Amino acid sequence: MYIIVVGGGKVGYYLTKSLLEEGHEILVIEQDPARCAKLTDELGANVLPGNGCEVSTMTEAGMGRASLVVAVTGDDEDNLVVCQVAKHKFNVPRTIARINNPKNERIFRRLGIDVTVSSTEVILSQIEQGIPAQSLIHLLTLRSLGISFIELDVPPDSPALGRPIRELGIPDDCIFPLVIREGRRAIVPYGDTLLQPGDQVIAVTSEASEATLRKILYGEQATPA
Amino acid sequence: MNVVILGCGRVGAHLARTLAEEGHQVTVIDQDSSSFARLGGVFPGRMVVGIGIDEDVLRQAGIEQADAFVAVTNWDNTNVMAAQVAREIFGVRRVISRVYDPGREEIYRNLGLETICPTLWGVNRIRDILVGQM
Repeated sequence: MYIIVVGGGKVGYYLTKSLLEEGHEILVIEQDPARCAKLTDELGANVLPGNGCEVSTMTEAGMGRASLVVAVTGDDEDNLVVCQVAKHKFNVPRTIARINNPKNERIFRRLGIDVTVSSTEVILSQIEQGIPAQSLIHLLTLRSLGISFIELDVPPDSPALGRPIRELGIPDDCIFPLVIREGRRAIVPYGDTLLQPGDQVIAVTSEASEATLRKILYGEQATPA
Repeated sequence: MNVVILGCGRVGAHLARTLAEEGHQVTVIDQDSSSFARLGGVFPGRMVVGIGIDEDVLRQAGIEQADAFVAVTNWDNTNVMAAQVAREIFGVRRVISRVYDPGREEIYRNLGLETICPTLWGVNRIRDILVGQM
């Protein structure tokens, strides 16, 4: 698979290195000459100097035959433009954007980016674990499929306690592939599994069913985040 | 008309002054407050400091009541992203963005954004002066 990574910072560097190890054909585009020299030392011919937002650089990179474009610069607007130009000008089938400001997740979704990854939000979720909030955290959104991977923390007063999962009325387009208990034990739940306070439920759900899930785990008084 | 202008550079500031003098309600956003000096001492409009692709900043600038939004920062990507936020999230009817790079300008024009490309304007005008019909 030919993959183009735009942005050769730390995220772009380690991503490129890992993908190379997996045997993919990969090119990383970086505009800072000093950074480029460093990258070339380590990654050889897999580095293209230039502005990854410019159509000419994208053409030179052979974006037309890329299966995947990943935009991981430190600027959300650049990541958006890279993905939009890749999609609309070069017909790249799949685009992934890194988001720095978690609030941009909704905007990117509305503007047609397939997948968004927000490290800020992932870190926030780790911090917020200490707070007994009714938290629903988006881990990953697959826009083209309309589904999200979310994490829900089961509060001590959750209406979902005391009943097996199959009796909770979980919508058909939702599954719980994983429950993390006491922060360290991974459980693959079945229909007869009972949730416990403090469990972190990883759910795969359609966007439409998120509100229902929230109700099931947090009750009617739950307010949307 | 209620207009929000993103970017208080030469174009943004001049446009803001011109529209305000014509009696329009103008709000200017720039991430650097010293840029507002370009508006002169008696600018009757509002000034908001912040990043123009941030929803909260746009809301603070009154984007929800705006009839038009103009994105003229020095960064093409900021302009097209802010323009799309104004159009898709806030439903502003008239949205204009400046895009220096002709390649990107064409793409976003085809995507339905109202764009202007000063590079192409300059090129065509200079060419006309040099070799075209006067």
